[in-house]
Amino acid sequence: MTQVTTVDVLVIGGGTAGPMAAIKARQKNPNLKVMLLEKANVKRSGAISMGMDGLNNAVIPGYATPEQYVREITVANDGIVNQKTLFAYANNSYAMIEELDSWGVKFEKDENGDYAVRKVHHVGTYVLPMPEGHDVKKVLYRKLKQNRVIITNRLVATRILLDGEGKVAGALSFDCRSGEYNVIRAKAVILSTGAAGRLGLPASGYLFGTYENPTNAGDGYSMAYHAGAELSGIECFQINPLIKDYNGPACAYVTGPMGGYTANAKGERFIESDYWSGQMMQEFYEELAGGKGPVFLKVNHLAEETITNIETILHGNERPSRGRFHEGRGTDYRKDMVEMHISEIGLCSGHSASGVWVNERAETTVPGLYAAGDLACVPHNYMLGAFVYGRLAGESAAEYCAATQLGEVDEVQVEAERQRIFAPLAREHGLPPSQVEYKLRRLVNDYLQPPKVTKRMEIGLARFEEIRADIQNIVASNPHELMRAAEVRFILDCAEMAARASLFRTESRWGLYHQRQDYPEQVNDEWRVHVQVKKGADGRMTLFKRALEPYLVEPQEAEKFIYQHLRIRPETVPE
Amino acid sequence: MTHTIDFPVKVNLESCIADKGCTVCIDVCPLDVLAIDPATGKATMKYDECWYCLPCEKDCPTQAIRVDIPYLLR
Ligand SMILES: Cc1cc2nc3c(=O)[nH]c(=O)nc-3n(C[C@H](O)[C@H](O)[C@H](O)COP(=O)(O)OP(=O)(O)OC[C@H]3O[C@@H](n4cnc5c(N)ncnc54)[C@H](O)[C@@H]3O)c2cc1C
Ligand code: SF4
Ligand code: SF4
Repeated sequence: MTQVTTVDVLVIGGGTAGPMAAIKARQKNPNLKVMLLEKANVKRSGAISMGMDGLNNAVIPGYATPEQYVREITVANDGIVNQKTLFAYANNSYAMIEELDSWGVKFEKDENGDYAVRKVHHVGTYVLPMPEGHDVKKVLYRKLKQNRVIITNRLVATRILLDGEGKVAGALSFDCRSGEYNVIRAKAVILSTGAAGRLGLPASGYLFGTYENPTNAGDGYSMAYHAGAELSGIECFQINPLIKDYNGPACAYVTGPMGGYTANAKGERFIESDYWSGQMMQEFYEELAGGKGPVFLKVNHLAEETITNIETILHGNERPSRGRFHEGRGTDYRKDMVEMHISEIGLCSGHSASGVWVNERAETTVPGLYAAGDLACVPHNYMLGAFVYGRLAGESAAEYCAATQLGEVDEVQVEAERQRIFAPLAREHGLPPSQVEYKLRRLVNDYLQPPKVTKRMEIGLARFEEIRADIQNIVASNPHELMRAAEVRFILDCAEMAARASLFRTESRWGLYHQRQDYPEQVNDEWRVHVQVKKGADGRMTLFKRALEPYLVEPQEAEKFIYQHLRIRPETVPE
Repeated sequence: MTHTIDFPVKVNLESCIADKGCTVCIDVCPLDVLAIDPATGKATMKYDECWYCLPCEKDCPTQAIRVDIPYLLR
């Protein structure tokens, strides 16, 4: 059975950016039919499923200016940014906070009712805590209903449909419970499927013990790639400093402003600032592996009142099972430091820079295709970036619809995709998706985890090809397993892109994110460019350079110095 | 002898009201790992693919669910 639906705007992924995009498309043009298509359930899906501890990058008048923010992120991302896209975020950041506040999202305020912004970054002040931030999804859901967005849950999108001219005509998907095949025709499609969070294998070995919400397997990266869109900065991996094994944030952003910090085994600070960047991760990695390792979050020197406050926030919001984890190991913030580790690798522009190439209107390089949130290449964008780009994508798509006809559906593509998706159900024997996924992600760790080495990545690519053959042997006994089988293919596409983009950039940049042992230097003459990945006309993966747009604001030398000198020198460590 | 395996998501069969039509936890789980157990008519963990994120536990109207940290991470 095939279900065919026709809408104007189709938003794929109902986590953070997606609901905002759908709401804004409807608000821009209330005559449009807007559908939000979600693999899980919009009520509790995505990274902010249980809420969020704070905005990591709020640009609030009186604390920071858009110019200052753009300069800092330019430096944090080692110069490889399109500043226009950063400005589109920064200039719209405050209005988005005000709007979310008016919708009922709770941000911390001081006694005068002003936002209580905190300093965590090296230079500027951008962190706005949300100690009562657990209701974000409820607020979004209410707005979706008010704006009469059509919501479909448990549909797994697998491919973007293109018409004869190469513009978007909709998307293909299947129901992970009923197994029904769904063709959705649309004039515009917005991808907001989040990070590629199931790329590396967590050190625990548990497939779903990831930093990111594991529903996000890199689906959108793969769909954009097969639609012919450019992706950018894929070699700038996401690697985060996390609670060991639990794999959630430790979280220095919450505890930092209260006096907590990242420390080595001696309880000493070793980095000037806990803001996550490739340079910071490099220092973290070295301390972890060095004689003073491993690394810890230290709060045990703080007052009881402060610790109780930290527990209330960290055990109630965002990743609330963390208290249980500590309990199980007998860790008490009052006495113990919390052991940390580095995460498996992922792709995520919310945290680093790897994503689908977009301009300041959230347009990809494919007509009618938009991207927002963690999968759209706007470096260090985080949650507020997902909301702002969700808005930009929704509004741009609504405008585009006014001047566009519905594209013709290519029946050959629809049929080929049906065959491809449902093949594992028809096979009588073969490999379970979980084993193929485990092996693939173990290979990602073995061959792609930085420090990167040319020969290792080449071997990795060859092994990935073997996995591609194994995928032809995956069996599934129900639609749920079919979903896992589809995800293995998304993960494999991301793994191949990660290897090829890393091999292409023959220099080191972004600290640990792209540290190449055999090309240890940063080579600005040759590599102050974006590295783009795209499916070539022959169906093969192509890589090329894209020149940087001229900067709109030039980072200051002092700002660059700070990011390059993160390690606290021994003599400056207070006794 | 039959063994039962210890899964992270535990459902209290006394308090679960799935037999009265409740499917809240099954609806909200981002990984879609919960389902009605045909044998008991109650909610159960069908796939060991849990992100220990807790919407199931938080949204259950009768507090019938308790999620433990998966063994491999404990
Ligand atoms: C543990 C954690 C803590 C964080 N803490 C903070 C913080 O304190 N402050 C901050 O600013 N940022 C934080 N972030 C980052 C922030 O949450 C993200 O940048 C932001 O929420 C990303 O939004 P998104 O819409 O891109 O992705 P998501 O919100 O993850 O949404 C993606 C959606 O797409 C759906 N989907 C995936 N594949 C498909 C498919 N094939 N078909 C249909 N639907 C699909 C998923 O189910 C999901 O609902 C944190 C992230 C994590 C993981
Ligand atoms: S939400 Fe609670 S009561 Fe409802 S089905 Fe799940 S366990 Fe049972
Ligand atoms: S903790 Fe999260 S992933 Fe696990 S069963 Fe509950 S809702 Fe699903």
